[in-house]
Amino acid sequence: MDRPRFELTASPHIKGPDSTPRIMWSVVGSLVPVVVAASWYFGVSALLVITVATLGAVGTERVLGPGGTLRDGSAAITGLLLGLTLPAGIPLWMALLGGIIAIGLGKMVFGGLGQNVFNPALIGRAFLQAAFPEGLTTWPPAPERWFQLAGDNFALPFMSPDLEPFVTGATPLGQMKFEGIGTAPLDLFLGATGGSLGETAAVAILLGGAYLALKKYLDWRIPVSIFATVALLSQTVHWISPEYPGAVFMLFSGGLMLGAVYMATDMVTSPTTPKGAWLYGLGIGALVVLIRLWGGLPEGVMYAILLMNAMVPFINRATQPRVFGTGRGVAAP
Amino acid sequence: MNLFGLTFRHGVHPPDSKELTEHIPIRRMPFMRRIALPLRQHAGKPARCLVKKGDRVERGDKIAEADGFVSVPIHASAAGTVADIDWWPHPDGSMAETVIIDVDPHSPQIPRPRMVPKWEGLSADEVRKAVQEAGLVGLGGAAFPTHVKLSPPADLPIDWLLVNGAECEPYLTTDHRVMAEHPDRVHFGIRIMMQCLGVKRAVIGVERNKPDAIAALQETIPEDLDVTVQPLVVKYPQGAEKMLIQVVTGKEVPSGKLPMHVGAVVQNVGSIATIAEIFETGQPLIERVVTVTGKGVGRPSNLIVPVGTLLSDVLDYCGGLTDDAAEIVFGGPMMGTSQPDMRTPIIKGTTGIVVLTRDQVKPKVTYPCIKCGHCLDACPVFLNPSQLGILAQAGRYDEMESLHLGDCMICGSCSYVCPSNIPLSQMFALSKNALRKRKTTKVA
Repeated sequence: MDRPRFELTASPHIKGPDSTPRIMWSVVGSLVPVVVAASWYFGVSALLVITVATLGAVGTERVLGPGGTLRDGSAAITGLLLGLTLPAGIPLWMALLGGIIAIGLGKMVFGGLGQNVFNPALIGRAFLQAAFPEGLTTWPPAPERWFQLAGDNFALPFMSPDLEPFVTGATPLGQMKFEGIGTAPLDLFLGATGGSLGETAAVAILLGGAYLALKKYLDWRIPVSIFATVALLSQTVHWISPEYPGAVFMLFSGGLMLGAVYMATDMVTSPTTPKGAWLYGLGIGALVVLIRLWGGLPEGVMYAILLMNAMVPFINRATQPRVFGTGRGVAAP
Repeated sequence: MNLFGLTFRHGVHPPDSKELTEHIPIRRMPFMRRIALPLRQHAGKPARCLVKKGDRVERGDKIAEADGFVSVPIHASAAGTVADIDWWPHPDGSMAETVIIDVDPHSPQIPRPRMVPKWEGLSADEVRKAVQEAGLVGLGGAAFPTHVKLSPPADLPIDWLLVNGAECEPYLTTDHRVMAEHPDRVHFGIRIMMQCLGVKRAVIGVERNKPDAIAALQETIPEDLDVTVQPLVVKYPQGAEKMLIQVVTGKEVPSGKLPMHVGAVVQNVGSIATIAEIFETGQPLIERVVTVTGKGVGRPSNLIVPVGTLLSDVLDYCGGLTDDAAEIVFGGPMMGTSQPDMRTPIIKGTTGIVVLTRDQVKPKVTYPCIKCGHCLDACPVFLNPSQLGILAQAGRYDEMESLHLGDCMICGSCSYVCPSNIPLSQMFALSKNALRKRKTTKVA
């Protein structure tokens, strides 16, 4: 009967199965099909870019973060997502720099996991877009052979990449915006179009998202709200003035899928309240349509999400749930 | 009646783990060599000791008297000699003034005849007096004196008697077994309470994972009583007073108010059966049903245990601990208390002893809050535990109060779901204490 010592813990003495590393690594796992799809279309360059961006993010977390935080998996997600927002032909040193900036400026300066205001992967991408607009908007077409590089991936740092041998393809959004040419919906859905690595495989992204939503590792309200807003707004505009694209094109082109399912739903930088999730999605959807249709850029998902990230504290404050036994719902005494 | 069961919004689904004991009939545990009776076993003022070292007591003798209205007496649960009155480990983790009795091994342990009067013909006031004198408290864990619940202020009409048979804590099966084995006793207790409160209808809420209890209760409803058995969805904390009231009556108890403010009295089903029992047998509350369970205990059981029996004796009687037993919890695993000391006695409010094994002990590593919002989806009273947790760590208790910390029941749902393993409900319990302390010092 005598035992040296029993555990003494505060109640509850049992714990549910979810843990932060489990959530993060599940997200990483659900991204594997997206990465496979990207490398299917863009060849070896896709794997190189994603790997290097991830190394940049993970390495920075290792150097700047407190010990052991690599195990929680959050830096790996940032790196993977950043890689998926980049074009296949980008010089690898830019991808590496993007990963470093994403974790360093996007996360560590705020105090690490859970503290950052903006989605770190998007911070990394926004930095790259501002610093190297040419590298970020050169969309190579899919290479003929898998081992053929899609661009000047091995360009030296700060040297202009040699883009001569590579024909620049166009993205569906670019074609639509600047030339008024549409793309077949099935090609958009399956990802057989130009664009960033993770922009093209809507099926893989939706499957991964559905898995995470079922596990409650992402809030389904956010993508649903974004998709509904984008569809409603763009279809309305399309009816009024048919030169603008319709809902199907808007939903399946560009970074909307990846952004709505994987970036906007980042737990740390999205609202915690259910009502807030709807509002936040509404804001992102509206901004995406505004930027795409009337802004200077063909694509606006990144800025839409970053802008709404900044609004999250206000959204949270405004959408606190009604506490049981207060306000309406309480019987008159 | 909704056959599919009613439920509230939010809450959590821990595995109910009741299969270990739910079909094991209640047995009586023998008397051990020593019992320890703390003077503080109920909510309210501790009882005042009436005995001194060396006194001989018989089984059922009053050894401590109620000190005021919100207090109840304590009775010897076995015949013997008062060995000492001293500080002794209490189930809440502290030390408490305790009467220690050496049980007389030669005594047949037959109680004195009828110390509680017969119920027939008693007025409501006499019933309340008898219930207080018998030392009756709620047996669901909080141990609130039953006679206080039976005495609502005259200006608050009571329409509902809600009988809480949800037993939503994982592992525990005491209420389940009492309902399945003694449905008549439950109905008799309901009759006494309804008459005392002057209410016309009673609803027994039972979680759907106890179909035999639901059936037994339904078959035995007396014809002259308006009693309904309401199946409830299996979800934690279905048995919280506020949740049960909302589910059955559709009313939310206003923040900071009591069930009686919406015309309801809630009583745990085991306590109601005990009300019937004391009037049937004439004995005060000196024993209770305890579930001894968990993977870490040799022979999981439902036992009638004399109040004051020591933890070590109960565990020995149930086949001892397994090699990987790691944590002993009094009460259920969601709201119970870990026990460091094997001398701790079973008291009136002890619903069960749950022995968790090494692999069930909570992980100790925590991560930063990732704002996943799972705690908001779990909180049955719709608080924002994530934000409250951040405020608690900063010691900003006043802000916590304005965010309704006072409505937190410390049910543990937020901690249960938190993927970062942040001890939210523990932080809230501490914050509540800090606020209480601050208020009392301000008054002084």
